Amino acid sequence: MNVAVCVKQIPDPVEPYKLDPNTHSLVRDGKLVLDDSDTYGVEMALQLVEAAGGGDVVLISMAPNGETSGLRTALAMGAASAVLVSDPVLSGSDALGTAKVLAAAVRTLDPAPDLVLTATESTDGYTGTTPVQLAELLGWPSVTFAKHVEVKDGSVKVARQTEAGYDEVTSPLPSVVSVTAGVVEPRYPSFKGIMAARSRPVSEHTVSSLGIEEAQVGFKGARQEVVVVQASEARSAGEIIVDEGEAHERVVAFLEQIKVL
Amino acid sequence: MDSIWVLAEQSGGSPLGIVLELLTAARSLVGAGTVEAFTWGAGGAEVARVLGEYGATKVYDAGDIGDSLPGPRVAAAIAHQIAAGGAPRAIFVPTTYDGRDIAGRLSVRLDRPVLTNVVGLTAEGADLITEHAIFGGSQVLKARFTSDGPGIYVIRAKSFAAEPAESAGVSDVVAVELPETGATDAAKIAGRHVEAQSGPKLDDASVVVSGGRGLASAENYAWIEELARLLGGAAGASRAIVDAGWVPYSHQVGQTGKTVKPTVYIAAGISGATQHMVGMKGAKNIIAINKDPDAPIFSIADLGVVGDVSKVLPKLIDVIKSRQA
Repeated sequence: MNVAVCVKQIPDPVEPYKLDPNTHSLVRDGKLVLDDSDTYGVEMALQLVEAAGGGDVVLISMAPNGETSGLRTALAMGAASAVLVSDPVLSGSDALGTAKVLAAAVRTLDPAPDLVLTATESTDGYTGTTPVQLAELLGWPSVTFAKHVEVKDGSVKVARQTEAGYDEVTSPLPSVVSVTAGVVEPRYPSFKGIMAARSRPVSEHTVSSLGIEEAQVGFKGARQEVVVVQASEARSAGEIIVDEGEAHERVVAFLEQIKVL
Repeated sequence: MDSIWVLAEQSGGSPLGIVLELLTAARSLVGAGTVEAFTWGAGGAEVARVLGEYGATKVYDAGDIGDSLPGPRVAAAIAHQIAAGGAPRAIFVPTTYDGRDIAGRLSVRLDRPVLTNVVGLTAEGADLITEHAIFGGSQVLKARFTSDGPGIYVIRAKSFAAEPAESAGVSDVVAVELPETGATDAAKIAGRHVEAQSGPKLDDASVVVSGGRGLASAENYAWIEELARLLGGAAGASRAIVDAGWVPYSHQVGQTGKTVKPTVYIAAGISGATQHMVGMKGAKNIIAINKDPDAPIFSIADLGVVGDVSKVLPKLIDVIKSRQA
C-alpha cells in the first residue's frame, strides 16, 4: 500500500510570528520546520504501510522558497521520498490555491497513492479546509478528524471525532483522511534515519511544471485581501499571589466573589 | 441576489446554538436582503420553526442524508440550488466538524475562496469585513473577499450573541434535491457512538476548568475533571496534552480547538501559548495556576496563583467538597 502524506513546513512556532507590513502575510524568511501537527500523519502512514506488509510513504509539500529542512525531518522518520512544489508565485496562496497545488502534486505520483493523509489543520494558518478541498479536487471521498485509522480489504475504517463522541466511518480507497493530534505517538528520527534521509529523493516541481495557471495561486488566486491589522482590546493582569500553601483559599474566595460558589 | 444563507446544522432535532448566533449576525448585516437557512437532517418542520424565530425567511431543506457524511452531499445540494435558483451574497458556515467539511467541498464546487476562523463581521457598503483573532488574540486582522460572491465565511462559535428576531416566521420551506455525488460520497457512517457526558458541554458551560502540561501526567487530569464536576462545569485541555494523547481532541480549547466564554475559566498548569489564549480570553473571569511566574497566562488572569498545580488543586478540591458536603 502506498500512502502520501501532505506536510507543511512552517516558521518555528517557538519564535514570535510576524506579518509582513506590506502584504500582511506571515513572514516565512527564517528557517522552516516540520509542523508538529504533521508528525501524526507521517507516523500513521508509516504504521499503515508496515501493517500492509509493503509499499511506500511519500511526502507532499508546498513552500515558496525551496525549503527542505522540515521535509528532511519527516524523511528521517522513515518516509521514502518527497515531492516539493516550490515557486515564488505561490506566496500568498490561500487554502484553495494550496489544495489545487497539492492535488496536482498527488496526480504526479507513480504509483498513485491508495491513501492521502493530512493533519486537520496547520499550526500557522489553521484554515482547516485544505484536506476536503484536496479530496473534492481529486474527486475522492474524505474522512476528517480521524482519531483511529485502519486499512482492511481495500477500504479505510476511521473513528471520526464528532461533537457527541465519534462515528465509525468506512471509505473505499483511494481516500483523503485527516488525522487529529495524539492518534499515534510519532517516532523520533533515529541517527540512522537522519543519515538515510539525506539521500532520499526530493523531486521539485514549479507551478508551471504541474500545469497550474499562475492566476489560480498566490495572492491573485486567493481573491481576498487584508484590510487592516490592529491591536485588540487588551486584557490586563489582575492579582498575582504566590502559593505558600494557602493559595486555594484565595481561589475559593474569588469563586465566591463572582458567585460561582 | 442580496440574501445571506446560514448553514443550519442540526443535532437531535434542533439547530445547533451556533446556527442561531449566525442567523442573528446575518440579520444585522443583510440590509435590505433576506436571511435564509440551508439545512439537512431529520429535523424537518420543527427545525424550520426555530430557524424562523431567529429570522430565516426561507429554509432550504436537503432532508435526511442517511449514512452519508454531510460534506459532499450538502455541498453538492447547495451548489445545485445556487445553479437552479441563484446565489446568495454570502454563506455563513458554523465552525464545526461537518461545517468545515461542507465549506471546503463547496469552495471547490463554486471555485470560491473561504475565510475561516471569523470572529466578527461588519458591513461596509456592499462588502462584508471579517475579523480574525491572530497571535493569541493580541491583534485583530480584518479582511474581505475581492472576487464575486458568494463569499464563504466559516465563523467561530460565541462570536455573536443569539437573539430571536422581532418579527418571526418561516414563509417558505423549499425541499432541495440531492444531486449525484459519485465517488466523493463513498465514505459511509457504519456506526455512531455517543460518549457518555456528565455535566454541561464545553461550549456551553459557565465554568471551564482546563489542564495543561503542568499536570505532569495523564492520570492527574482526574483533578481537572473532578474540579469541573464540583463546580458544575466542563473539563478542557491545552493543545500540548491533547497532542500528547492524554485527553481526546474534543476537550481542546484554543485556536485549533474550541472557543469558550464561560463566567470563569480556570487554567491549571497551562502556560498560555498564543494558540490557547485565543480560545479562552473571552472568559468573564480567568484564574490561572502555574509554577512559572513568567507564564504568559498571568498577563490576562484576573487571579494568578504562582504555584504547583499538584499542591493547589487537591486542596482546592477538598475545600470545595467539604463545603458541599
